[in-house]
Amino acid sequence: MTTFGVLQFPGSCDERDALLACSRVGDARLVWHEEADLEGIDAVVVPGGFSYGDYLRAGAIARFAPVMEAVAEHAAAGKPVLGICNGFQVLCEAGLLPGALLPNDSLRFVCRQVELVVENAETPFTRECRTGQRLSIPVKHESGRYFAPAEQLDELEARAGVVLRYAAGQNPNGSAREIAAVVNERGNVMGLMPHPEHAVDPLTGSEDGLQIFASLAALAADPKTAKVSAANALIKVSA
Amino acid sequence: MKAKVLIRPKQGILDPQGKAIERALPALGFDGVSQVRVGRLVELEAEDPNRLAELCEKLLANPLIEDYEIELDGS
Repeated sequence: MTTFGVLQFPGSCDERDALLACSRVGDARLVWHEEADLEGIDAVVVPGGFSYGDYLRAGAIARFAPVMEAVAEHAAAGKPVLGICNGFQVLCEAGLLPGALLPNDSLRFVCRQVELVVENAETPFTRECRTGQRLSIPVKHESGRYFAPAEQLDELEARAGVVLRYAAGQNPNGSAREIAAVVNERGNVMGLMPHPEHAVDPLTGSEDGLQIFASLAALAADPKTAKVSAANALIKVSA
Repeated sequence: MKAKVLIRPKQGILDPQGKAIERALPALGFDGVSQVRVGRLVELEAEDPNRLAELCEKLLANPLIEDYEIELDGS
């Protein structure tokens, strides 16, 4: 079973929901920002919130937390790291993902459900999805405008590094090319502004977010047969 | 040594804060003000001012989206 480690910085606020989401598909525990050891953890989740008060720039201080060195090693070993909202900002600041998140073009804090389109279903984070599938997942942020220089965006698109895009007319923050989620070149670090952990229960209107966590759970079960085991799981359910 | 670091959004990057200020000015009777850009000013004292550029690159500014200028006191 996959063991998830959900980081907790001073100022994190979505770590409990992330923990809950991970617990539905695997084992999960919180990892305090001063811990420097990720032994036994298969997948790291860097949650949303306002780490270190978002002072200076969102994510700028958190990247120097002791745990981030361990996260960099985890990523360098090819193991999955998922950054959600503030976690995405932290991973960009840490140089684990390309680009940066700028203040929304509206200057407003946006909090609403958005439709996303899966652009790449071949990542460890989206294996349970289909390319072209739409996911309904909420956003809530003030600095979510994805930016990278044009040539970097071209390079990102050329290697299918854009994993999720806001559906037409749904871009809540002015992100370049409607980008909602990007993955690193190696394919094991993904960041997204929307909050899949807030969409894992029918009570909140959508369970689409669970597919992100389920993808990671299937992967760690057996990286080579992840797709097969996911397919089998579906067959079992329908039978 | 005392120093000031000026950090501003790179040219070409939309600065919604500057735009909001620009739009508010005519309502207050300040016409003819344009190209408003908002940055940050960091004041500090550094024992080794030679390391300030590195400090800016690593923390104070994000070189992908921001330019910075270091002003040493007395220079």
